[in-house]
Amino acid sequence: MDEIKEHKIVSFKTYIIILFLLISLTALSVFVTQIDLGNLSVIVALAIAGLKSLLVFAFFMHLLYDKKMYALMVAGVIMVMTLVLIITFLDYGF
Amino acid sequence: MTEDNTHDHYDHEGSKLGMWLFIFTELLFFGGLFIVYAVMRYKNGIAFCLAAEELNVSIGAINTVILLISSATIAMSISSIQMKKTKLTLLLLASTLILAIVFLVNKYFEWGAKIEHGLYPGSEILEQFGHGEVLFFGLYYFMTGLHALHIIIGIIFIAVMMMKVKNGKLNADRFVQLENAGLYWHLVDVIWIFLFPLFYLIA
Repeated sequence: MDEIKEHKIVSFKTYIIILFLLISLTALSVFVTQIDLGNLSVIVALAIAGLKSLLVFAFFMHLLYDKKMYALMVAGVIMVMTLVLIITFLDYGF
Repeated sequence: MTEDNTHDHYDHEGSKLGMWLFIFTELLFFGGLFIVYAVMRYKNGIAFCLAAEELNVSIGAINTVILLISSATIAMSISSIQMKKTKLTLLLLASTLILAIVFLVNKYFEWGAKIEHGLYPGSEILEQFGHGEVLFFGLYYFMTGLHALHIIIGIIFIAVMMMKVKNGKLNADRFVQLENAGLYWHLVDVIWIFLFPLFYLIA
């Protein structure tokens, strides 16, 4: 079990790069939603939010460095939420 | 899984797993609210778009950046405690704390301006709008309010961590509590990452 180091120290540089990416994506989502894209802007804004949360989960919350178990559980919770959303919308018009 | 960690002098992994389980309940809690938002928006699309224009995109964007930076500083504090740099850890945690307070101050002015314009649940002005606007502002106050409550809890959490770092209870060998505080703070950040586009941007 020792080939995986128990507590990896993530470098400041990594965090700064991720922070820069997150702020850029925020600026991008503000910019994109100012243009009138109709319903597409909802999809774009949510896709950017999804990408941002993925970065936070992977790097800030260490899912990339921790045991795979955590990432699998997070994926499971997101799947449950997506399923509930889809099932709810089956009642509202698709 | 547990057998691999029996050599640990304290249960770092178990503690972190517990925190993650708590985070899942929080994700499902807010997830439910996001589903309510999705259905309400689906049924009152135009009203939601018009109501969203009342919100100030700049304040929302600034608060987003503030939370993102605070997430990065608390993440860096965990690296620095592992590197045995206590002073730097405290400095980074203090930065997180200050940013969290700035976020709340912005929120105070934002809510204050809305309430001054008569846009709050049950106000006479809001009653004159349609059902959709009432729903939008109801959800806006409830979800951002609940988020702000999480920020306040986070501030207390981080302050306690700072005291523990200061008196050496948290150190390079035992820092899982700080890691858990970080996880909690990132969760608050992730929730805001979704609140911001849904309430401020999609107009």
